[in-house]
Amino acid sequence: MIARRLRASLKGWGGVGAMLSVCVLAVAFALLLPLTHAPVDSAPGSGSTRLAEATQAKADTCGKHPEQLSPQPSGDESGPAVTAVKQRGYLSVGVDQNSYRWGYRDPNSSGGDLEGFDIDLAHEIARQLLGDPNAVRFHAIPTNQRIPAIKSGQLDMVVRTMTITCDRLKEVAFSDPYFATGQQVLAPKASGITGYDSSLAGKKICTAEGSTANTALTQDKKNHKLAASTDISTTVPNQLDCLVKLQLGEVDAIVTDGALAASQAAQDPTVELKGKPFTTEYYGVAMNKGAGDLVRRVNQVLVDYRKDGWQTSYDKWLSPTLGTDSAASRPPSS
Amino acid sequence: MTHPQQSGAPPATPTMPDAPARATAGSGGRRAAVPQDPPGPPSRTAFAEGADRLRSAATTEPGRLRVIGAVLALLVIAFGAVTAWQMTDRSNAADDVLHSSQPLSAGAADIYRSLADANTTASSGFLAGGQEPRATTERYDRDIRTAAAGLVTAAASTEPGSPSAATITKLNKLLPEYKGLIERARANNRQGFPVGGAYLRTANEVMQKQMLPAAQDLYTKENERLRSDYADATPYPWFAIALGVLALAALGWTQRRNYRRTNRLLNRGLVAATAASAIVLLWTVVGHSVARAGLNASYDHGVRSLNVLHDARIASLNARGNENLTLVSRGAETKQLPDGTVEDAYDYAFQQDMKTLSAGLAKAVTLADDQTGRAPVTAATGNMKVWQQRHKQARTADDDGNYQAALNKIIGSAADQPTGECFDSVDENLAKALGHEESEFQHRAGDGRNAIAGLPVGAAVLAVLAASGALLGIGRRLSEYR
Repeated sequence: MIARRLRASLKGWGGVGAMLSVCVLAVAFALLLPLTHAPVDSAPGSGSTRLAEATQAKADTCGKHPEQLSPQPSGDESGPAVTAVKQRGYLSVGVDQNSYRWGYRDPNSSGGDLEGFDIDLAHEIARQLLGDPNAVRFHAIPTNQRIPAIKSGQLDMVVRTMTITCDRLKEVAFSDPYFATGQQVLAPKASGITGYDSSLAGKKICTAEGSTANTALTQDKKNHKLAASTDISTTVPNQLDCLVKLQLGEVDAIVTDGALAASQAAQDPTVELKGKPFTTEYYGVAMNKGAGDLVRRVNQVLVDYRKDGWQTSYDKWLSPTLGTDSAASRPPSS
Repeated sequence: MTHPQQSGAPPATPTMPDAPARATAGSGGRRAAVPQDPPGPPSRTAFAEGADRLRSAATTEPGRLRVIGAVLALLVIAFGAVTAWQMTDRSNAADDVLHSSQPLSAGAADIYRSLADANTTASSGFLAGGQEPRATTERYDRDIRTAAAGLVTAAASTEPGSPSAATITKLNKLLPEYKGLIERARANNRQGFPVGGAYLRTANEVMQKQMLPAAQDLYTKENERLRSDYADATPYPWFAIALGVLALAALGWTQRRNYRRTNRLLNRGLVAATAASAIVLLWTVVGHSVARAGLNASYDHGVRSLNVLHDARIASLNARGNENLTLVSRGAETKQLPDGTVEDAYDYAFQQDMKTLSAGLAKAVTLADDQTGRAPVTAATGNMKVWQQRHKQARTADDDGNYQAALNKIIGSAADQPTGECFDSVDENLAKALGHEESEFQHRAGDGRNAIAGLPVGAAVLAVLAASGALLGIGRRLSEYR
């Protein structure tokens, strides 16, 4: 929210603001250059604007708003990456098949087709790029294979509840955000847990191995933001295994992305999201760093999608657990 | 005829010192001949007294004859007793191999197989969707029942407090837990919730990490028991054989001595004793050699093949289960290999199981000793190769994003040429091979055991006859001294 307002105000100041920021950036650039020459080397794409953007990323120390670093949307389809996709005739998209309402297979539907919010977006990208929403080949990939599969060129993109982070930006390019979420607590409705607060004292919390939630909990426990009596030792290979443990009574609460927590809550009417998200994160479509033209094209798709399609998909998959008001989940419009 | 029987029967009681006394009772020398029954002075020990008497008795020929008779009877009875004892041990062990430890080992293998089969079947049914095919549910239920019944049988023949008992308790505890997880998986799958897949993976983990190792442990322990029964049944009864040779030598020496002193060629009693002892010795050596050969053959041709085939069958079951899970939960779990590449955990496990299966089948072919045994194993190897090809096609389809094609390739109808067909054929052929090896085992071990069946009793009876003969023969000589 703050970010959006900030950006809006920057836009309002127009040229003056831009001039000012360029000056600031130049100083920052000059200061940072002697420390490391990595920023220049790892700048994606080409051309002076991209260099400036990449520099801005580093100068911004990325930390605060990695979701604002994607290149400007463009409907241009003459770039090499977009051309390659068009020639091939289909999109290769990495997705999840175990995230209810995001990317999953309904075992009771006949074709066994994947469905969910992520899947809708992938179909929309295919529709705009290739004129056919079904010109997609879905690959169910594990969480830890999202980046390698993009880097190896096996996939055009990954639409798999993937949070835009600075670390990941070093390895892949992200589209503009398509969903806003944050780490959130999921617990049985009847439990006394009220959110990410002191009510977690003495409780057992489950997180997925190596997840953002796990890192956040470990940090917060060290900083005493989390009660020392909170047991965060339970980790599982897949976030969904946490729901199994919760249902079996082996843990008291789950911490995961709010969006995924909602997907879990949708499978069990006795649990619910507790409190507000305690971090702010954005999901983006991950693509190869070299495919700048594809990233821009996808950003253009997202501009259109936010206007038409996003809300429909949200209503269909997410409103039952995330609430009918989608304002909190809507990504900032760039 | 009545006379020899009367005087011959008592020595059957193994209190040997009595034997010469009774034997000579017929010829009237009873008191003088009893060395261990002296009314000796109280200042001397009974043993010293007896030794003195023996020494004084040995100075006269009748005295010597009595001593010789006593020693002969003692040797022959000892020979018979030791033979009966050693062969009873072996015969019992052979019986255990046939009727106790091998069936228990097969029972443990059956528990192991049923559990693995239940796990595989559960994942197949899961893949088919919320409404599981009836055949799958029935097969799963049958497997669970077989495993539960097998555990009861195994428990009945296990010592309380033994490691096997602990393993059985563990399995008994885990079985309902596993079933509960499967039911939860099914209930969620019916509603189309992916958490059903997570339950299935949890159940699979309980099976793979806890239950199957426990079942394998039980199987290994039963196999150890089988091995130790084999070890008890097969060694030569050297003690009995040595005593037999000694008894025969003593009988021969006595007859030679008789011949030298009396110039009579034959003493009927001693000849009968020699013949009876020789029969016992021959019977023991030949009978045991045959039994040993039969048992060894039953191990080499039956048990070893059975073990290898059981292992192969389990590997094939696990491979099938992992193949199913690869589709159920593609990407839910990964495994990092030492070289840094990351693979789907279930696909990796599938590859490992296939390697085990392939190695097991190759070994089973070399162990199979006839065409009937080899044919099903060769057929299973062929099925396995087709399975691997089709699996590759299924994986390619899945990797290309064509889930339905991949699913059809795994559990589809015959027209899809699914891997399920190959798995079923492998399982069927392995069952056939197991049946053959089982009957091979029964046949050879049965032959082996029959070869020594009457030996313990026969040895005892013949030894009594031989001892009587020896005493009669000596008694005959003694009667000449009246």
